[in-house]
Amino acid sequence: MNGDVIYMDNNATTKVADEVIAEMTPYLGRLYGNPSSMHTFGGQVGSKLGEARARVARLLGCQPEEIIFTSCGTESDNTAIRGTLEMLPQKRTVVTTRVEHPAVLSTCRQLERHGYNIVEIAVDKRGRLDLDMLADSLTDDVAIVSVMWANNETGTIFPVERIGEMVRSKGIVFHTDAVQAVGKLPMKLSELPIDMLSMSGHKLHAPKGVGVLYVRKGTRLAPFMLGGHQESGRRAGTENVPGIIALGKACELAGANIEEENTRVRQLRDKLEAGILQTCPGAMVNGDPDNRLPNTTNISFEYIEGEAILLLLNRFGICASSGSACTSGSLEPSHVLRAMGVPFTAAHGSIRFSLSRYNIEEEVDFVIEKMAPVVHRLRELSPFVTA
Amino acid sequence: MWDYTDKVMDHFLNPRNVGYIEDADGVGEVGSLACGDALTLTFKLDDKGRIADVKFKTFGCASAVASSSVLTEIIKGKTLEEAEAITNQDIARELGGLPEQKMHCSVMGQEALAAAIKHYRSKGKPAHEKPGKIVCTCFGVTDEEIRKVVRENDLTTVQQVTNYCKAGGGCGGCHGEIEKIIEQVQGDKARAHAAAPPRPKKLTNIQKIQLVQQTINEQIRPKLRADGGDIELIDVDGNRVIVAFRGMCAQCKMAEWTMKDVVEAKLREFVTDELFVEEDRSSQSTTYVHPQENA
Repeated sequence: MNGDVIYMDNNATTKVADEVIAEMTPYLGRLYGNPSSMHTFGGQVGSKLGEARARVARLLGCQPEEIIFTSCGTESDNTAIRGTLEMLPQKRTVVTTRVEHPAVLSTCRQLERHGYNIVEIAVDKRGRLDLDMLADSLTDDVAIVSVMWANNETGTIFPVERIGEMVRSKGIVFHTDAVQAVGKLPMKLSELPIDMLSMSGHKLHAPKGVGVLYVRKGTRLAPFMLGGHQESGRRAGTENVPGIIALGKACELAGANIEEENTRVRQLRDKLEAGILQTCPGAMVNGDPDNRLPNTTNISFEYIEGEAILLLLNRFGICASSGSACTSGSLEPSHVLRAMGVPFTAAHGSIRFSLSRYNIEEEVDFVIEKMAPVVHRLRELSPFVTA
Repeated sequence: MWDYTDKVMDHFLNPRNVGYIEDADGVGEVGSLACGDALTLTFKLDDKGRIADVKFKTFGCASAVASSSVLTEIIKGKTLEEAEAITNQDIARELGGLPEQKMHCSVMGQEALAAAIKHYRSKGKPAHEKPGKIVCTCFGVTDEEIRKVVRENDLTTVQQVTNYCKAGGGCGGCHGEIEKIIEQVQGDKARAHAAAPPRPKKLTNIQKIQLVQQTINEQIRPKLRADGGDIELIDVDGNRVIVAFRGMCAQCKMAEWTMKDVVEAKLREFVTDELFVEEDRSSQSTTYVHPQENA
């Protein structure tokens, strides 16, 4: 096992790969130059950034010039939406979904307060997007459609290729938040109808503080950060050199391991899910089992509460997360599960396990073994369960 | 992660008095699955009228379980009069404190106890409807309940009320009403203490914008619509509120009067005295869709 913790919260953040740390360390130390400098000491850093850009482009299947480095996935999402609206001032509608990450949803809701028209596409019980509603929403007034590639809470994958075709055939810009998809699903953006795509470093074994916005050549986008000429004037601010180099290495590793994500990691996830469903009564899977990230399972335990489950699992060193209201400090359970119509009896008791290539089978067995007693213990406390 | 005290974790991991007394003298049930926490409290009295046995069952997070558990310890051996004097703050204090956002857990304990005592006194008759009128429909919280937490915990903001009794934590539609209750209770308090503190509530920009929008939606628009007009919020820049008239109002000769005497007056009343309103004339050319035709 990996030290004292069994880490199954990889959709929140991931372990930084040892190879990534080795690659970035010199740039935290002796190679501290600024890539914009005119001297060789800084310039050598610039060429290393070029290598990182090429590595990211290879994983995404696009050109290096189409990569803009940002500070995180949230910045990428904000840039894509606001930067597009700025270029299209006559268009006042943004189409997105009810299950987006807050990086997109909060941005849209703020835009709504500034007079924009926001359309949030609904999902069904399995979390599948209502494509008819999407088709109906694509009016002349729409500037941009932003639909995530894969959902962070349930792992449900949206048919972005089909959505992109629908959107672009109307001449509308299509952006996808692919923070959870990159590195888990193979992709070739040069052949996909996607104008912009957001990704984040720390979800694929790079450190926090670095992200990417892919912008297809020819897409009009106003910069979000103003200042210097970095990233060809598309994102000002001195580059996060160690972070970008780390991200390049992490993308190279992700490309090499994507097969494993879809075979060994998927099998571990399937074993974990089946084991828990078998040993814990009143448990059910949230999301679309046919179209799901290979590493994610979201399981609801009826009549018990998510924070309590997490704290008991935490005593065994098991790390997961919950869509319960109590874990966030808000009073309502996950907006994703509510959009799917998951009943309150189950939404408050939902637990997400998200695996990575660093998980091993013994850990899965250990979690299965501990889950049933935890559930049993809380059910005994619950007034809704009569023995 | 929440910063729970050791005592909270102890009561969560080793809850005292779990269960349900079948032949209980008093039964109190509060909360619901929808709310995310619920508590059933049962007690039995001895022949001297003291709480001889008490048990609980709780659906909820660690602080909900811990609040219930510690409550059973506090009230065991007490008379009903003594138990009645216990406030949610006593419960939180006994636990060494709760995170602010979790104070509603201690309130739930206190409410379950009150419900159980009431149930006993009504001699097992089915519990009445909660007194008061529902203010927060999302979580079913009444004005009486809000008044009680505001008074006992000296709350001054809607966010605090939400932390303590959940009211206002859902759709947000009752924020105006909660504010009025706070003002009322705090006003009563201030009058009682003679020295009335001023009430300059410092709003953040976002709170201000939300409140302006809400005031327009709830207070101003209905008045204008009655005359076939409408209003749209264009921007809020510091204390400058820019609006545009639509429909009949856009051509109305009385518009200027409406602007000062209705729009600005209402915004000053509900948001802050410092606001002033301006009309955005540049946006008048935008296509107007009459709301009634739209419906």
